[in-house]
Amino acid sequence: MTDLIQLLVAGLATGAIYALVAVGFTLLWQTSQTINFAQGEFVMVPAFFVLAAMKFGGLSFPVAILVGIAASVLILGAVFKRLLVDPMIRHGVLPLVISTIALALFLKEGVKEFYGAEAQSFPALWTTTHVTIAGAVVSLQNLVIIGVAVVTIAVLQWFLGRTRTGRCMQATAQNPALARILGIRVERMILYTFLINAALVALASLLISPIYLAKFSNGETLGIVAFIAAIVGGFNQVRGAIVGGLLLGVIDNLVAAYLSTQYRGAIPLFLLIAVILFRPQGLLGRAEERSV
Amino acid sequence: MKSLIGAAFASAISLVAVTAHAQQTVNMPDVIELSGPGAVSGTNWRDGVTLAVDEINAKGGILGRRIVTTHSDTQSNPGVSRAQVQKALDGDPYVLLGPIFSGSVKVNMVLAQQAEVPQFTGAEAAEITQTGNPYIFRTSFGQQASMPKIANYMRDGLKAKTVAVVWVNNDFGKGGRDSFVREMGTRGIKVVADVSTESGQVDFAADVVKVKGANAEAIFVYTNEEESARFLREARKQGIRVPLIGETTLLNQKVIELAGDAANGVRGHIGLSAEVPIAAIQEFKNKFNKRFNYLPDHNAIKGYTAIYAIKYVTTKIGKFDRKLLAKTMHGLTITPAMEPGILIETTWDDKGDIDRISFLAEVVDGKQKIIQNLPKLGK
Amino acid sequence: MSALGNSVRGIVAVAACAVLIAAPFGLKPYGIYLLSMWAVMTIAAIGLNLTLGYAGQISLAQASFVGIGAYTAAILTTHGWPFAAAFFLAAALCLAVGWLLGYPALRVQHHYLAFVTLAFTTLVFLVLRNEEWLTKGIYGISNIPRPAVFGWSTQAPRDFYFFCLGVLAVVSFAMWRLVRSPWGRAFMALRENPMRASSLGVDTRRYTLMAFAIGSSLGGLAGALYAPLVQFIEPTAFALGLSLNLLLMVIVGGSGFFFGPFLGALVSVLLPEWLRFTEGFYLIIYAAMVMVLMVYCPAGLLGLAERLLKPAAEDRSVLTQSDKDPGA
Repeated sequence: MTDLIQLLVAGLATGAIYALVAVGFTLLWQTSQTINFAQGEFVMVPAFFVLAAMKFGGLSFPVAILVGIAASVLILGAVFKRLLVDPMIRHGVLPLVISTIALALFLKEGVKEFYGAEAQSFPALWTTTHVTIAGAVVSLQNLVIIGVAVVTIAVLQWFLGRTRTGRCMQATAQNPALARILGIRVERMILYTFLINAALVALASLLISPIYLAKFSNGETLGIVAFIAAIVGGFNQVRGAIVGGLLLGVIDNLVAAYLSTQYRGAIPLFLLIAVILFRPQGLLGRAEERSV
Repeated sequence: MKSLIGAAFASAISLVAVTAHAQQTVNMPDVIELSGPGAVSGTNWRDGVTLAVDEINAKGGILGRRIVTTHSDTQSNPGVSRAQVQKALDGDPYVLLGPIFSGSVKVNMVLAQQAEVPQFTGAEAAEITQTGNPYIFRTSFGQQASMPKIANYMRDGLKAKTVAVVWVNNDFGKGGRDSFVREMGTRGIKVVADVSTESGQVDFAADVVKVKGANAEAIFVYTNEEESARFLREARKQGIRVPLIGETTLLNQKVIELAGDAANGVRGHIGLSAEVPIAAIQEFKNKFNKRFNYLPDHNAIKGYTAIYAIKYVTTKIGKFDRKLLAKTMHGLTITPAMEPGILIETTWDDKGDIDRISFLAEVVDGKQKIIQNLPKLGK
Repeated sequence: MSALGNSVRGIVAVAACAVLIAAPFGLKPYGIYLLSMWAVMTIAAIGLNLTLGYAGQISLAQASFVGIGAYTAAILTTHGWPFAAAFFLAAALCLAVGWLLGYPALRVQHHYLAFVTLAFTTLVFLVLRNEEWLTKGIYGISNIPRPAVFGWSTQAPRDFYFFCLGVLAVVSFAMWRLVRSPWGRAFMALRENPMRASSLGVDTRRYTLMAFAIGSSLGGLAGALYAPLVQFIEPTAFALGLSLNLLLMVIVGGSGFFFGPFLGALVSVLLPEWLRFTEGFYLIIYAAMVMVLMVYCPAGLLGLAERLLKPAAEDRSVLTQSDKDPGA
């Protein structure tokens, strides 16, 4: 029983990270048809902004965090949108996909060359103590991660559903042409989604880097799992992302412990295929209508 | 930023190489992992090589000729490494350096052998020196040398009857696991859990749970650096009390730094490390840190000593003769008195494997502590 | 097609053929190896171009077909089977697997298909890595022999290159005929507007499936050549990274253009090589160049060439209509 709790908590914590990353991914897709293959690297980079601020700028950790978040929102949000997404969005999905693939490579190699190839330890935001729940030793950090992720997504849901701006963003996602006619500033709404995504990945980065350690290759697996979480949970629902993420985190752990560690990566993939083929809108999503 | 300087330096050297007269240089290309999963090991090797090359060139080179080294990235991909080695061989080199990844070496050493070019590598897989290639030489212990030492410790020192193996699923980890399991078999120790992990894996809760359930008397951990650190932390957290044993990487300074407290009590065999209390190695470590701004790992020492071995032998035979170099290497012993750059006394056997002292160590209070010096096998 | 455009194309084609045949005589073994790699990758890219550029299906599974083809050829030839048998078996097997994968997968659209094929590629990689008894797992298969074609040995680099070039020529010719045939036109109709094509009586399901299967079998052919070229194969070479690379080749060269794959493979194989002098920065520069190209000309290099040759022509963006913003 203690083992099960151990696995569940660890799985939920990892899954909470997947959820944060998947939510941003979903938002981008919904509002601007952007499939961001660099999403994993987006999570890897903010930690290095913080580390660079401390190492080259001599700033203290709290200040560096602020600098890191600001840099992420600016570069991974606004600059990404202006330089890469805007020029290409008219031409369909594929060129943008290729660009984000190239961007992922650019960011990964850039961090490796300019900062270093080795894993860097990252200061923890909370203490690294453990608590015992029903006999299982659980890291406080993991609980905090789960808590922060849930709260963040709840806040996001509230923002999207209850504030004016949030509802405008939803309208933009559902029908940009109509939204424009209704006087919604579509461009600005899209910009907001990019900024929100950048903030989300920065948050994810700060949460995981103390445990994952900051390394240039962190983005690789994280990106793919985020996509899977987004699709399994439901591509057109923010709530879906958190369900998808948590589910994947827990399943991965259970499979590895009780079935095979060599094929642990296969279960999320089977899940993905099954969901796409039989319920493409995801577990929580609404079925999409396709325009002719 | 150090890499920019390094890159500028390397470009400058390449430029100078291009303009220098052919007879005044000796070409020793380096094909190494500079991106992909092997990037950390490869970068260390490259920088160790660079340090040695620059030191030797500053003193006039080998037999009056300046060493010219170009570093080609294999991208940790055997196919790419084969291409890069082909390219290096096209340039009619004296000696070939690298790669570190065993998969790559197995592929491209065939080419080097056909071209009769001696190759110095830091790869550890046992098969590399077992195909009868007279031109391959290691500056690191092969798994067939290190695993028996660990196995002996487990049987005689720990007196363990059952063991669990945790390994990373790439050719480094699998090769080590296969060697280890073989050694366990010949000593009658039962492997009760065989847990494979992924490179880049973050969450080890499931693996620790599996290992706990198997109730082994000792756990052998053979993964790459960050994964080792994460595993150690999780093991400590879940209260694993049996000895955790490793091979060089597990007791690495980097792992100790990343794992913090969780590394204390870990024991293992160290073939080579920058932390051993030998004056020559400490001096090397400080020089390296000063130049490159980070602490070297064992791969840097592998690269450094390779260059000095080549220099020593070439100077000894008095000319740049590839076949003679290879022939002389077999059965040769170099001591630090003969060549300071070799750092520790090393002997090469007729297959290209090295024999050197190694160490049994334990991590105490965040530092590697040598608990036993293991003599050379051939003594 | 204007007369000027035609003659430019003709001259370029003849010149290119001449270069391809003469080049190996002036190159060292490494250069010949690169050219052979280019030829092999082009075959795989041609397959993907059929699936993606002509039939409009985003497939990230091409790497797994190259892998299946390579392993088939490697396992068979290292056990003494003749290469010809391995070669055709690789193509046939990939055709079958492609068909089986496509049957359920092509029911979903675009970005969903991309993810299904992504999952498939990773699953194939896991199987190749874990099933040691068949594939020798992570250690890979080495000492793959080079074939003797009608008694002519291809062991030497130059000989093997001409063998690859020959296969490429045959594949190109077959593709040319396919694209010009009624099938080819059906594929293109699918790409532009699947619903309209269906309403006009084109059996969309069958044609998409066919394009996907043929594209996959070309991937298998490429794999069957890759194995004796490198003479060593291991699973990580055929993971998602290769699929993304092939996708990049097709888009950068010009999706839907006949010569797109040739140009894209050239860029992908040679550009990192030319940039190697920049030491650690070559991948950064390569990635930056790809991004810049996509921003300025999403239709790829051939799209750029076309824009330059026919400045007054209307926008012939070959990408799927239904992907564009409905409000634009």
